[in-house]
Amino acid sequence: MPKVTLTHFEASLLMAFLISVVLGVVSRRTDEERLRYGLRCFGYFLLAIFGLAWLMRLGHG
Amino acid sequence: MSKKQKPKREPLPPLNVWGHVVALAWLVPGGGHFLQKRHVRGAILGGTITLTFLLGLLMRGSMFTPRTGDLLTTIINVGGFLGNLASGLLYLLTIWLGYAQPDVAGHVHDYGTKFLVAAGLMNILAMVDAFEIAAGRKD
Repeated sequence: MPKVTLTHFEASLLMAFLISVVLGVVSRRTDEERLRYGLRCFGYFLLAIFGLAWLMRLGHG
Repeated sequence: MSKKQKPKREPLPPLNVWGHVVALAWLVPGGGHFLQKRHVRGAILGGTITLTFLLGLLMRGSMFTPRTGDLLTTIINVGGFLGNLASGLLYLLTIWLGYAQPDVAGHVHDYGTKFLVAAGLMNILAMVDAFEIAAGRKD
């Protein structure tokens, strides 16, 4: 079985995308609402990823 | 001053309406949607959950066992085990085929373990969605 090796950034971005797809599909009633909600979730994930990354960067000095 | 009214709870439909749908949704990610002719949503959910699980395996994530001990150990291991189990056949087949990755240090393994649990948690969302469709609470 091959082994996938990803960086922290790639893995967290991939997980954010996959979770956003599922949240978008199950959470709303129309396709347009689903797409918007999925994109919004992905945006929040990105915000959290970059925010926490900078927090750790600044915390470590 | 009027008291705040509690939202009315919808009665639970009979088990024979949603039981088989939820069982199939657990066993096969997206299966509950396919059974109810929601093919596109079923395909997206099934594809996404399966891809997440496979990525977890390819990153050599480890599976949780229901180990108990102090509170934190119990929550992490039993919770993780339930998360793994929620993937249904994907998890059962993986275990039956002998996948036994030990928990080793390294961020890729760590992410793999999280991907495996996340796949199960996403399948729980899919199961709830399938239940709501079967119960007539969602179209």
